[in-house]
Amino acid sequence: MSDKKNENGISRREFLTKGALGSFLVAMGGATVGGFALPKPTVSPGPSRRYKLGDPGKFPVGTAMKMDKENIFLFRDVEGFYAITAVCTHLGCIVVRVDDGFACPCHGSRFAPDGHVVEGPAPRGLLWLEVSRTPDGGVMVDADVEVDLGTKLVV
Amino acid sequence: MEKPALTQFIDNLKSVPDAARRAFLKNGLPESERERSQMSFHNFFLHMQSVRTHKHSLRWTYTLGLGIIATAALIILTATGVLLMVYYKPSTELAYYSMKDINYVVFGGRIVRNVHRWAAHLMVVAALLHMARVFYTGSYRRPREVNWLIGLGLLVMTLALSFTGYILPWDQLGYWAATIGANIAQSPREVTDAFGITHAVDVGGLGKQMLLGASFVGEDALLRFYVLHCVVLPGLLMTLLGLHFWRIRKDGGLSRPESVDKPGAPDYKPVQPGIFKPGTEKTYGLMALVKGSKPTVGTAPENTVMSWPHLMYAEAAVFALTMAITLVLGYFLNAPLKEIANPMVPENPAKAPWYFLGLQELVSYSAFMGGIGIPTITLVSLALIPFLDRKGSDVGIWFGGAAGKKVFWQSVLFGAMVTVGMLALTITQGWLRTWIPNIPQLVITVVNPGTVLVGLYAWWSLSNIKRHNSIRMGAVAMFTVFLVGFILLTYVAAIHRGPNWHFYWLHSQWPPH
Repeated sequence: MSDKKNENGISRREFLTKGALGSFLVAMGGATVGGFALPKPTVSPGPSRRYKLGDPGKFPVGTAMKMDKENIFLFRDVEGFYAITAVCTHLGCIVVRVDDGFACPCHGSRFAPDGHVVEGPAPRGLLWLEVSRTPDGGVMVDADVEVDLGTKLVV
Repeated sequence: MEKPALTQFIDNLKSVPDAARRAFLKNGLPESERERSQMSFHNFFLHMQSVRTHKHSLRWTYTLGLGIIATAALIILTATGVLLMVYYKPSTELAYYSMKDINYVVFGGRIVRNVHRWAAHLMVVAALLHMARVFYTGSYRRPREVNWLIGLGLLVMTLALSFTGYILPWDQLGYWAATIGANIAQSPREVTDAFGITHAVDVGGLGKQMLLGASFVGEDALLRFYVLHCVVLPGLLMTLLGLHFWRIRKDGGLSRPESVDKPGAPDYKPVQPGIFKPGTEKTYGLMALVKGSKPTVGTAPENTVMSWPHLMYAEAAVFALTMAITLVLGYFLNAPLKEIANPMVPENPAKAPWYFLGLQELVSYSAFMGGIGIPTITLVSLALIPFLDRKGSDVGIWFGGAAGKKVFWQSVLFGAMVTVGMLALTITQGWLRTWIPNIPQLVITVVNPGTVLVGLYAWWSLSNIKRHNSIRMGAVAMFTVFLVGFILLTYVAAIHRGPNWHFYWLHSQWPPH
C-alpha cells in the first residue's frame, strides 16, 4: 500500500523520506550560513581614520612628510596638498620613501613618486587619499576615502 | 554465616587498592596471547589498533615512524599548549608581556614554550615526510583514497595551526604575519578588481573581514586567531586524526606489497595445519558478516604478530624519541621572540617561518596566485591523485620499483633545472612589469614565475605518463617536481632574500640600515 506509486512514479514513503531529508538539509544549511553570519562583523570597530592636521600654513610648499602613526605620506607642492598611503597594495606592509619613489620591504614592490607601480607584485598603485578643508580652515586627511591619482587640494 | 556489615566494610576499605587495581587492569599484565589480545580490545586507547599487526608494518624502513612522530608531536603540543594557555593573555596590550613572563618569570615557562615551538616544527616536517612516504609507496590507492584525503586535511590543519600559533605572541613576526595573511585572504580582489566587479562580489574583502573581525589587524583579530588556534583548529584536527586512525584499521592496516603475503617472502609461513584443531584454547565467535573478496584466513594471519607488545613497544620508542628530540632542542635553542608589534615599521625583510617561505616567494610574484591560486591547485592535484592513478600492483613498493626510481631522479633533475632557471630569470631580468611597464595586472596574475613553473611541472607530469605509458609514473613525476620546487623556493627565500626581498648571495652583503 505504502509503496504504491502514483503516476509520477513516486511512492508516498519515498515522497515523505525525500521531503524529510530535504528539510533537514535546508535546516542544516541555514544553520551553517547563520553560524558564519555571526563572526562577520556588523559594525567594523576601529578608530576614526580622519586626521585633522590644522593650519595649512604649517606645511610650506615642498613639504614631503610621513605621518608615522597614521601610515600616510603628506605632500604639498605648488599645485596643492595631496596624501598617499604608506600601506602597500600587495600584502599590507609599510612602504618606505626612496630616491625614486617608494619601496616595499616585504616583497619588493616599487612605486613611482606619484604612487603608480613600477615593479614587483603590487596589483595596483599606492592609494591617493582625500585631503579636504575643515570648517575651521584647517586641512584634513581621510584615510578611508580614496581619490584619483593626481587629485590635489588647492589651498 | 555472613560477616557483620561493619567488619565487611572495614575489610573492603582495606582491600580498596587491590580491588581498584583489578577494576582498572582487569587481567593484570598479559601473559598469554589471549590475554594480550584482551589487553588490546578491553582498553579504549589500545583498541584503536588491531590486536595483531602485520610484520611488514613494523619495518621502520617502510614507515620511518613518521605518522607516529607527528602524532607524538601533537600530544606534546597539546600538553605544552595547555600549560602556555594558563599564562597567555590574548589581547594586544598584554599578549607580548605575557610571553615575556612565560619566558623569564614563569617556572619552566621558557622550556615549555621552546618545546611547544620545536614540536610544532617537528610536526610540520613529520606530516610532510609522512605524506611523501605514503605517496612514494603508492599507499593512496584503493581502498585508502579516503584516508589520503583525510591526511591532506590534516596537513592543512597542521599548517593553519602553525600560522595561527606564531601570530599569538604579538611580536613583529606575529603582527606582520597576521597582516600578510589577512591581505592574502583579501587577494581575490586582484582578480575582481581586474574585472571591475569588486563592488558586487567582494570575496576578498569578506575573507579578510571574517579573519580579522575588523578592517584592520587589532584586538578582534588576535582574539580570532586565539580561538582558532586553541579551540577550532585543534578540535577539527583531533576529529580528523581519529578518523585517520580508524580508517587505517578499516582499510586493512598499513599498506604493504602483495609479495610479503606470498610463498617465498622472507616472513612467509604457510598456514599451520590444525589451526582450527578442535579442543584448543581458542574459541571463535561470529562477530559480523562482511562483504569482501578475500577472507584473510588463508595466509595473512601467519605474517602477523601480537600488537601488544610488538607494536606498543615500537610506538612507545618513537614517542620517547620525539619527546627527547623536542626536549633537547627546547633546552638548547630558544624560540624566537622579536620586538613588540609595531604597526608603523615592518621588519625588513619580513620573513615567515620556513614552511611558508616557499609560499612567500610565490606571493612576491602575485598575491592571489601565490597565496591562494597555486596552493589550491597543489591541494586539488594531490586530492585527485588516488582517483586518477587507480590501477597497479605496486602498492607498498617504494617508487613503484626500479622504473619509478629512475623517474624520481629524472624529476629531481628536471624540477631543479626549471625552478633554478626560472628563479635566475626572475632575479636577473625581472618579470613582465619590468619589460612592459603598463601591463595589466591580470596578465601578471595569470602569467607569473609561479604559474609558469606549475605549467612546466604539469607538462613534465603528462609527458611522463605518455613516455612510460603509466599514470603512476606521471604521479611520481608530478609529486617529485612539486616537492623539489617547494624545497628550492623555500631555500632561496630563506637564505638568499634580503631587505626589500632583493636577492643576495650572502647575508653579509645585506646593505646596512
